[in-house]
Amino acid sequence: MTAAIARRANQPPVYLDYQATTPCDPRVLQAMLPWFTEKFGNPHSVTHPYGREAEAAVEQARAQLASIINADPREIVFTSGATEANNLAVKGALRFHRQFGKDHVVALATEHKCVIESCRALEAEGFRATYLPVEPSGLVDLERLERALDKGTVLVSVMAAHNEIGVIQPLAEIGALCRKHGVMFHSDAAQAVGKIPIDVDAMGIDLMSISGHKIYGPKGIGALYVRRRPRARIAPLIDGGGQERGLRSGTLPTPLCVGIGEAAALAQAELGAESQRLLGLRQRLLAGIMRNLPQTRLNGDAEHRLPGSLNLSFPGIPAPALMEACPGLALSTGSACTAAEIEPSFVLRALGLPDALAAASLRIGLGRFTTADEVDYAVETLTAGVKRLGAEGVTTALAGTT
Amino acid sequence: MTGKRATYLDWNANAPMRPEAIEAVAAALPLCGNPSSVHRFGRRARQAIEVARESVAALVNAAAEDVIFTSGGTESNNLALKGFPERRVLVSAIEHDSVLGAAPEAARIPVKPSGVVDLEALETLLDADKRPALVSVMFANNETGVIQPVAEVARIAHAHQALYHCDAVQGPGKALVDFRAIGADLMTISAHKIGGPMGTGALIARSNLALKPLVAGGGQERGRRGGTENFPGIVGFGAGAKLAAAEAGVMSRVAALRDRAQHALQAAARAAKVYGGEVPRLPNTLSISMPGVASATQVMALDLDGVMVSAGAACSAGKVTRSHVLDAMSVPRAEAECAIRITLGWSTDAADIDHLVEAWTALYARSHASAA
Repeated sequence: MTAAIARRANQPPVYLDYQATTPCDPRVLQAMLPWFTEKFGNPHSVTHPYGREAEAAVEQARAQLASIINADPREIVFTSGATEANNLAVKGALRFHRQFGKDHVVALATEHKCVIESCRALEAEGFRATYLPVEPSGLVDLERLERALDKGTVLVSVMAAHNEIGVIQPLAEIGALCRKHGVMFHSDAAQAVGKIPIDVDAMGIDLMSISGHKIYGPKGIGALYVRRRPRARIAPLIDGGGQERGLRSGTLPTPLCVGIGEAAALAQAELGAESQRLLGLRQRLLAGIMRNLPQTRLNGDAEHRLPGSLNLSFPGIPAPALMEACPGLALSTGSACTAAEIEPSFVLRALGLPDALAAASLRIGLGRFTTADEVDYAVETLTAGVKRLGAEGVTTALAGTT
Repeated sequence: MTGKRATYLDWNANAPMRPEAIEAVAAALPLCGNPSSVHRFGRRARQAIEVARESVAALVNAAAEDVIFTSGGTESNNLALKGFPERRVLVSAIEHDSVLGAAPEAARIPVKPSGVVDLEALETLLDADKRPALVSVMFANNETGVIQPVAEVARIAHAHQALYHCDAVQGPGKALVDFRAIGADLMTISAHKIGGPMGTGALIARSNLALKPLVAGGGQERGRRGGTENFPGIVGFGAGAKLAAAEAGVMSRVAALRDRAQHALQAAARAAKVYGGEVPRLPNTLSISMPGVASATQVMALDLDGVMVSAGAACSAGKVTRSHVLDAMSVPRAEAECAIRITLGWSTDAADIDHLVEAWTALYARSHASAA
């Protein structure tokens, strides 16, 4: 048994799935707790003090969230999460612009499933959607994107940082291109906000989705950034009392708003140092794996990548078998939304990986609570797992299925 | 807030969380599982959600697999009403804004002056147009508390091959709500009205219905609602549901307090009118007018005295518009503009009612002394 493995005997699994969700930071939890207990007003009940103090807290959270992306607080629309925000952006933009005879949306083929599904729902309503292939690096081909735009194009949707492969797209270039063609630019930034600097003005972003539980805030809350100048026009998904300037009805959950605001403020304050730390851990992990298992392959661009994110293929070793061989690691093969599916990741296929290699790939996510010791443990555990499975020859029978 | 007594009588807008629900949420928040993940952390979250699903289903006597967790009542109502684009929609005139807003083209079913939906009018509307329909009538009105004849509505709807959706946000914890006995096809419930957390709700939907998702995503909730489940919120909803299910005894005490408030206010101002008082209504709700004093004035004056009530639904509380509910009940305009909503909850006590009566009576005396 190797050193790090010995030190971690009888401990819970090491969490290396920070892209799926992050634990709520204890400081965020502390900020939220009073709003669960004594401060229980409905933030829309502005006729009494319980409601007014809740409203003030929600507005402070809105400002905190706006600040981290260089937006105006009035441009933040709270939603129940990034999935709803993505639905609101994509469906809302297209449905709103139908009245002007526009009907086309462009998304990368590697977008999150909820963006792809939103586009498919729009197609069922008679809209047109283009799913744009990506480079083998996972990055957008800007020329191809430009060619995909036509007179009817309303919106381009490109994920800022990828949930499975971690690549960061050239947002400013995409934004400039969209501006040039008078097309709205939506970015699903659930994985990016709080991890890399985002500036909606500098990047020319019109709509941007944010998630609470990906930035050490609570689940059940997210936001859509909606540009005011020039105004990004969208139709609401959820109608009712007219909250959130009519773009999203429903009682705002004060504790969750406070939580995402606090999470954003913490991420903003710590972003520089934390991304350096995570980058160091990621390099340590990758170097260790490459040293022990040189045939391992990194999926997605090596340079334009989230500091805490890796996607690795272990040729000939089926990923489910490897995860089973490493019970001390909480890993995934890709998006949690599709975790239970047997099919190899559609994202890795879009990168041109053959099915056998895609089926031999793992996503590794490092985060705020990851330690160097955990990284060393992961290197040792994965190395032992791959070597054992390789020796047992479980390989091709499973990984060879297409 | 100053040291003055604070009396919260706006429970239909938001009920404070139950300590047990707070504990459940606080314990779940620091955990890192995504319920869709297959590793140990994910499985633990999944398991907790399924336990909560059972509790929520039991609260309204539905099957666990019929529970779709959402972000709240408004989303649930939107999901139900936009979920059947091939059906025409009929809604009662006193529905919540989230029902009216989700189906702006819907035919309106009138209500009687008592506040009860007009069943004959519903029959007539369904007879007049044989296309497949969806009928939405709430369990109990959020402003007046009037309980609707929901089982009858379901029977009429089904006799016309229509689906029936029941917005039961104001129901569980205050009255017995039975999805199966009512015969509803769809039912909306909300966590923060029963002592659970804000930001969580559910749509109960018979699992054989072809419901079009509102939020497309990763296939969560059997493909009917995408998005990572708000697992701490759902766990808190489950805890709240368990407690609300055992509430009947508490509510008879609350009803007595409500009746006491009503009698005291009417004794102080003989012309004060109660809306929905002649028919079965929620035990915690009192809609009453103070003659000659505008709702907004009353709410502000009571607020200064430390009594928190509302002029109507919280969602529209920011705006000064007359209640569409009282309008639908044919309450004269001048009267409706003087109505407020007083709503109690499980922790309301006699001192709260004394405080209300004292502040309300003093305001009435002041207003009428200056008027005279």
